[in-house]
Amino acid sequence: MSAGAPAVLAQGLTKRFKAFTAVDHLDLRIKKGEIIGFIGPNGAGKSTTIRMLCGLLHPSEGRAWVAGFDVDRQPEAVREHIGYMSQKFSLYGDLTVRENLLFFGGIYRVPRRDFNERMRFAVSMAGLEGRENALVRTLAGGWKQRLALGCAILHRPPILFLDEPTSGVEPEARRRFWDLIHELAAEQVTILVSTHYMDEAEYCNRIALIDRGKLIASGTPGELRARRLRGELFEISCTPLGAAVKVLTGTPGVVEAAIFGDKLHVVLGEGGISATDLPGYFGEHGIQAGPAHRVTPSLEDIFVQLVSGRRERRTLP
Amino acid sequence: MNVRRLFAMAYKETLQIWRDPRSLAIALLMPLMQLVLLGYGVSLDIRHVPLCVYDQENSQQSRAVVKSFVSSDWFSISRTIHNQTGIDYALNRDQCIAALVIPADFSRRLAATGTAPVQAVFDATDVNTTNIALGYAQGVVAQTNAQIADGWAATHGILPSLVGQVDLDPSTWFNETLDSKNFIIPGVVAVILALVGAELTSLTISREWERGTMEQLISTPVTATEVMLGKLIPYFAIGFIDAGFCLVSAVYWFGVPFRGNIGTLLITTGLFIVVVMGIGYLISVRIRSQLGASQIALVLTMLPTTLLSGYTFPIDQMPAPIRAITFVVYSRYYVTILRSVFLKGSGLSDLWAPLLGLSIYALIIIWLAARAFHKALD
Ligand SMILES: Nc1ncnc2c1ncn2[C@@H]1O[C@H](COP(=O)(O)OP(=O)(O)OP(=O)(O)O)[C@@H](O)[C@H]1O
Ligand SMILES: [Mg+2]
Repeated sequence: MSAGAPAVLAQGLTKRFKAFTAVDHLDLRIKKGEIIGFIGPNGAGKSTTIRMLCGLLHPSEGRAWVAGFDVDRQPEAVREHIGYMSQKFSLYGDLTVRENLLFFGGIYRVPRRDFNERMRFAVSMAGLEGRENALVRTLAGGWKQRLALGCAILHRPPILFLDEPTSGVEPEARRRFWDLIHELAAEQVTILVSTHYMDEAEYCNRIALIDRGKLIASGTPGELRARRLRGELFEISCTPLGAAVKVLTGTPGVVEAAIFGDKLHVVLGEGGISATDLPGYFGEHGIQAGPAHRVTPSLEDIFVQLVSGRRERRTLP
Repeated sequence: MNVRRLFAMAYKETLQIWRDPRSLAIALLMPLMQLVLLGYGVSLDIRHVPLCVYDQENSQQSRAVVKSFVSSDWFSISRTIHNQTGIDYALNRDQCIAALVIPADFSRRLAATGTAPVQAVFDATDVNTTNIALGYAQGVVAQTNAQIADGWAATHGILPSLVGQVDLDPSTWFNETLDSKNFIIPGVVAVILALVGAELTSLTISREWERGTMEQLISTPVTATEVMLGKLIPYFAIGFIDAGFCLVSAVYWFGVPFRGNIGTLLITTGLFIVVVMGIGYLISVRIRSQLGASQIALVLTMLPTTLLSGYTFPIDQMPAPIRAITFVVYSRYYVTILRSVFLKGSGLSDLWAPLLGLSIYALIIIWLAARAFHKALD
């Protein structure tokens, strides 16, 4: 891999399952040492993309290079240079922590003189000191995920693909996991990580937003946040939230209304209803509401609008 | 191919077998169970054994004897014969398994002395069937005796227990000693190895799919060949342990004479294990659930081996189309080899024909297995 070359390059990458297109002409360029987050709703095509980049699925169309190797034509060369954590936990549950590490160390041909040190590192990284002889299936989620990461980096791969590594893991363990990811990135490891958690998007250097197999936006969190919403964003406390969204849908002036935690986020455009009118408008419809405050949009607001914007355009004739 | 990866793969697989109750049971308990079941309990329920009848007398009483054979359901008359050479012809042509000969003086002797012999001739190539058929014949005759005794007692006014009987004079052709275990046990060894070998390996790839570990495995640089060999090495060792157990049991437990050479036995057994394990592996690659894979393995090994390998049903007794099918039943070659090595003391050069069959089979299976597994999800 030459110095300036991208760690991952995809051009028109497409995957079709029979008539269904799971990944649709995706272009991607990931620089070395970058942490790139794949964000997107369920079934967006994140896992399918990652699997193609790891050489596990054959692309139906398009090409991709990982560490300079063609994923479809040189999958074995690709595999020498990557670490992969699949979405579903896939270490051997009937093997102990130590045996799993021994197995992957052997499969990746970790040099013997480094082996003990790397294994110690993986065990301490996973926080599993003293539990080396525990069967992996007896470990709790967070430990399993960190051990899986430990196995995936035993051979010091320059590129890591992590498919929802933190799903189903408690917040404390998630934070620890992201600390590890940043430590790896500091050592020039390129990391592609997919996630459902919007807050995790902020930890990435760059974000690729994927919806229905298409890359619909990409950039740093700052760049994405700076993209103009089609209007101004207001936050308002009201109950019940679900009914409030329904009431606003189709109301003139309302570009977007979405539940955001325990509050409502409303994007208001030119003309139509104004922010000061909102509480009264809710009152007329039997919804209790406080005053509306202007807020700066978070990444989630941007994603909600991008994704729902596409849906609208699709459903309109 | 890399030795380190091969070793990592084999070691991991060994640990998994050791911790998997199902695999352990197949590897260690199944051979013992099958040996007891098949070795001791070979009792096939046979109906309508084809019977040729040569009734030299054709009297009311002789016809009654014939009728009692037919009405038992155990026999059905395939031919009625009118001379002695007809019997040879019918038995040689597999038109019947048993022949019943009633002498011309049957009713006369029965009336005069109270006892009269009938002769039953059995084709004993298939010792099992013959044993069973012989038992049936004796049962039929015993029943007939009871009836005759009753009739005699009624007409002569004496107790039935004092009355004479129809004597069954059985003679067996082709295998005089009728020592069925010598014939059956080597076949049992083949059945067990086929079953255990294919069952075990049928789990190996499907287990990775079922437990979701396959995706991780194929994301590593391990090659398909390393996966195949690494996984099969421990099973090959288990196969040899099981084979050793079965063969030693055959000699020391069942007392089958061993007249051959250990080297011949090991080479041919190794070849057979390669074939059955290759078949199990091929199934495992195709079927992604362990249960499904093991059931298909059962059907593809147990059925052909028990029915078409000549283990109990002699191949030369089968109808021509079925006999043709047996050539693709890998176990037939091993059964032939085992019997010859055990009973005749045949060496490799005597066995060239079945050995060639088995070798061709092994090559084809290895060739298929080597290209069966692809490191991809689609
Ligand atoms: N092997 C397959 N055969 C058919 N359809 C598939 C297959 N794999 C994935 N799909 C479909 O492709 C689409 C994209 O799936 P993918 O797993 O890539 O989504 P994702 O973004 O990873 O979703 P999630 O967040 O739920 O993991 C889904 O609709 C899925 O049902
Ligand atoms: Mg996914």
